[in-house]
Amino acid sequence: MLEQIVVHCRELRKTYEGKVEAVRGIDLTIYAGQCYGLLGPNGAGKTTTIEILEGLLDASSGTVEILGLNWRENAAELRELLGVSLQETRLSEKLTVRETLELFGGFYRNARPVEDVLDELALTEKADAWVGKLSGGQKQRLAIATALVGNPRVLFLDEPTTGLDPQSRRQVWDIVRRFQSEGGTVLLTTHYMDEAERLCDFISIIDHGKVIASGTPAELISGVGGHHRVEFALETEPAVAAEFWRTLPGVGGVLSEAGVTALTVEEPHLTIPALLTLVEQNGWRLNQLTTRQSSLEDVFVNLTGRRLRED
Amino acid sequence: MIDEPREIQAERRVRTVLVHGRWTGYRMLLMARLKEMFREPEVIFWIFLSPILLALGLGIAFRNKPAEAVRIVIVQQPGSERIAELLGHSPDLQTLRVAVQPPAQADLNFRLGKFDVELVPRGAGVEYVYDPARPESVLARSLADSALQAGAGSKPAVSTISRVNSEPGSRYIDFLIPGLLGMNLMGSGMWGIGFAIVEMRQRKLLKRYVATPMGRGDFLLALATSRLILMIAELGLVLGFGVVAFHMRVMGSWWAIVLVSCLGALSFAALGLLTASRAQKIETVSGIMNVVMMPMWIFSGIFFSYERFPAAVIPLIKLLPLTALNDMLRAIILEGSSLSSQGAPLAVICVWGGISFFCAVRFFRWT
Repeated sequence: MLEQIVVHCRELRKTYEGKVEAVRGIDLTIYAGQCYGLLGPNGAGKTTTIEILEGLLDASSGTVEILGLNWRENAAELRELLGVSLQETRLSEKLTVRETLELFGGFYRNARPVEDVLDELALTEKADAWVGKLSGGQKQRLAIATALVGNPRVLFLDEPTTGLDPQSRRQVWDIVRRFQSEGGTVLLTTHYMDEAERLCDFISIIDHGKVIASGTPAELISGVGGHHRVEFALETEPAVAAEFWRTLPGVGGVLSEAGVTALTVEEPHLTIPALLTLVEQNGWRLNQLTTRQSSLEDVFVNLTGRRLRED
Repeated sequence: MIDEPREIQAERRVRTVLVHGRWTGYRMLLMARLKEMFREPEVIFWIFLSPILLALGLGIAFRNKPAEAVRIVIVQQPGSERIAELLGHSPDLQTLRVAVQPPAQADLNFRLGKFDVELVPRGAGVEYVYDPARPESVLARSLADSALQAGAGSKPAVSTISRVNSEPGSRYIDFLIPGLLGMNLMGSGMWGIGFAIVEMRQRKLLKRYVATPMGRGDFLLALATSRLILMIAELGLVLGFGVVAFHMRVMGSWWAIVLVSCLGALSFAALGLLTASRAQKIETVSGIMNVVMMPMWIFSGIFFSYERFPAAVIPLIKLLPLTALNDMLRAIILEGSSLSSQGAPLAVICVWGGISFFCAVRFFRWT
């Protein structure tokens, strides 16, 4: 079975007021049933990209095709097929949850019954509460509900869990997974690497308006040169070049930062004994030694030399 | 491996789906708008209570009361008793309040406005001390004079009779109520539409709406409809209040009044839409609106007739939409004019509304 392409964009560029180039040539291909993540720091161009795909911004150049349609000729049709949740929409506070969903459902030719959506997003209890009285997590679930009530085939979520507590984040993830399991396609932006890692089937890492890497989470992580990280610090930093550590067996990458040396390794059971022997032979003293699985954060740091969240 | 579960998933996707008609979105927008408005206590106050309170306050302050007693002070010196006695014989005795006071005190009290005229005995005659800049002082001088002459037995040269006529229609409250109605239609049209839109833009709600298949025309139509519904309520309340509390008489047809109010409400709604077409912040739009409305508050004859302004600027004043609306409302309510006699103001208000709407739609920013 050939996988159907749902979103396809080529050479997407967006220049604001002839100066700031927010998006500098992005290509994306999203297949049916995929959960596709745009991962990147704040200001990388994620929101601009997703808003162009949502038909809310015009691209300066490039092509966008969604479900075989484009914004220039099939805007009305496309809007019926897409569900959108923006980064910061504050819905009317003096409407109840049910009224809000009835309103949004009313915009679509074919909408889902409000009770079904309420039930699916665990909002039934709050159905008659004013939006202004909801907690942050409930508000975010309602925002996603307004996207789902139109029975969309593709869901666009811009930073769906930013500012939420861990439990609310997990609830949002469950909603996304359920939509996906029912055959829906999802594109979401995030600057949380754990979110991208757990939720997305395919990720494009965006920095300065460009895709700097893409693949499945596993592909991206193995691309750093190993699935494990060995990090250590010595009491007195020896005068050796980073390259020195590459002589250890199984080391795929080396990164030194603030006295801590991080090795990306494929087989830690070979690397660690060799490292300990080396330390002992030279009479150095270890202050710290940890080992863990590589993460997307490591991928980003490897690619840019910066951390994903500089805060 | 991956394809197989997807086949099953595709079947699970069959869900109950409602089919919505052409006007569902419009109906939902209108209902949401009305609910939001009536859940906002300030709205109820500004739209419904404030014109009533204003009418009540001004109506009481400027009610036409029986002419006040004329307050006369006679300076205490030889001859003052004779003057008091002459005034006592006056046929208008009920309207005169006479006091006799020593010179210094009489002077002081006249100066403080406690008396309208000061009578100083001068031999067999009287000297009137009055202030020509105070209308009540001029009136008091002439009343005191005729009372003295009549008391002394002089006969009028021309025989006169008086008949009382204080029918509703000519009072200040009659002038005021249509003006308040016009002002209210302007205010709620501009605030009601302009604020609502900028608030939705600020909350990114407009952007969220245009990401759905919502008809943009439906959105504007729902706003306009909500204005008209509110307009009917305002009209009934303000005019009804005038009729019930001040026994106002509505001379013209109610249909004409409703039609003119509709035009006014829509025209100011369009102006509100224009002021809000690009503003990103509530502060910005409220500033623009005040600038737009200020000249009309002053010139358009809400509280007093614009005829008081120099003749040269009156044609300009008549080009303001609120002037046109107030003129039409007064002509229909107070004079019973027909709608067909109101061609010029009708044209003024339609042109304002039409141009505002056209520009607003052209410049409108959803995001």
